[in-house]
Amino acid sequence: MVEGEEELIRTSVSEVLGEQEAVRESLIPILLRVQEKLSYLPPLAMELIAGALQIPAVDVFGLATFYNQFRLHPPGKYQLQVCMGTACYMVGGKIALDCFERRLGINEGETTPDREFSLERVACVGCCTLAPVVVVNEEVEGRVTPTRVDGILIAFGKKIQPSTGVGEKKGDDGS
Amino acid sequence: MSKQVSISIDGRTITAPEGEKLLWVALENGIYIPNLCAMKEKSHPSGSCRLCYVQVEGRAEPVTSCTLPVTEGLSVQTRSPQVDRLVKSAFELLLSNHRLGCGRCPRRKTCELLKMAKERGLKMKLFHLEPLEWPVEIDDSPKTFAFDRSRCLLCGRCVWICQEVAKVGALGFTGRGIDRRVGTFQELSLAESPCTECGLCIDPCPSGALYFKESK
Repeated sequence: MVEGEEELIRTSVSEVLGEQEAVRESLIPILLRVQEKLSYLPPLAMELIAGALQIPAVDVFGLATFYNQFRLHPPGKYQLQVCMGTACYMVGGKIALDCFERRLGINEGETTPDREFSLERVACVGCCTLAPVVVVNEEVEGRVTPTRVDGILIAFGKKIQPSTGVGEKKGDDGS
Repeated sequence: MSKQVSISIDGRTITAPEGEKLLWVALENGIYIPNLCAMKEKSHPSGSCRLCYVQVEGRAEPVTSCTLPVTEGLSVQTRSPQVDRLVKSAFELLLSNHRLGCGRCPRRKTCELLKMAKERGLKMKLFHLEPLEWPVEIDDSPKTFAFDRSRCLLCGRCVWICQEVAKVGALGFTGRGIDRRVGTFQELSLAESPCTECGLCIDPCPSGALYFKESK
């Protein structure tokens, strides 16, 4: 959590709770409003909401993990959206996603601890001729091969360890 | 008290309080209907395990007995080709997401799946489906019990007990679809969750996912 964030979460949640009736049925609108303000749902916010509605925190968490609409990780400075539409998937969208995951050390849907990069999968972004496509903060990057993945990351200031080849063979490509 | 009605299950005439769910009437009269997610005290049956189907006279399709209130003159058969087929499919789906290994399972004597298989002549084997092989993940952080998610059938009995009987609210359903699981807030271990280790959730578990450590 960055400095001053706890304060921001507390004020945002209490503002939203002031607007909505504190009953279980309002849980979705409350979560949506809180997410609008904070751009994600931090654990503290979910706990505060659960406390106010007098429901178990796990129920709020369960709902937030059920709907794709809710994000549990803050958006990074650079939001990477990897297209998994049919065309992109067929020409290696999954490989691009795997490369990002490995390079950034996070899974799909997560954010790096320094909040520089967040990684998501999206459905078709509408430019299948450029497949596989990655959208970085609304900018479209086409033909994203694993090398291009490194290129994108380097362009945004990510330091990439040169590959040594040692201990990477096994399971990587099955060769 | 509510009015008594007479109904017929597999040709046997039974009197039962009107509005009682058929599943409980049958079980209390020694007629077995497979079930997992049903709990008598629960106000709304979740009807999610799709195992308790019966054939009701006058209805084309089988009906889940946990949601069927008994009425005067109701006549049902617990078995029919349609029912057997539905139960077989539901059973195989559950089995495909359940790590077998009955020899070392703490519930091997009281397992609901084994009981169902015995009663309905089902095999503890997959015919049409590949097993979903999740990495075995056992949360043994509580002092007295442990939770093996690879045996969990998602019946929701422990969740209901935890929230409505124990009034703790440590367990809940998280995720969606194939990632659905019984979890805790932020997927923390039970010891880090609000769990009070009351142990009420252990006995209702039908499949040995939750078990006391010494019983292993």
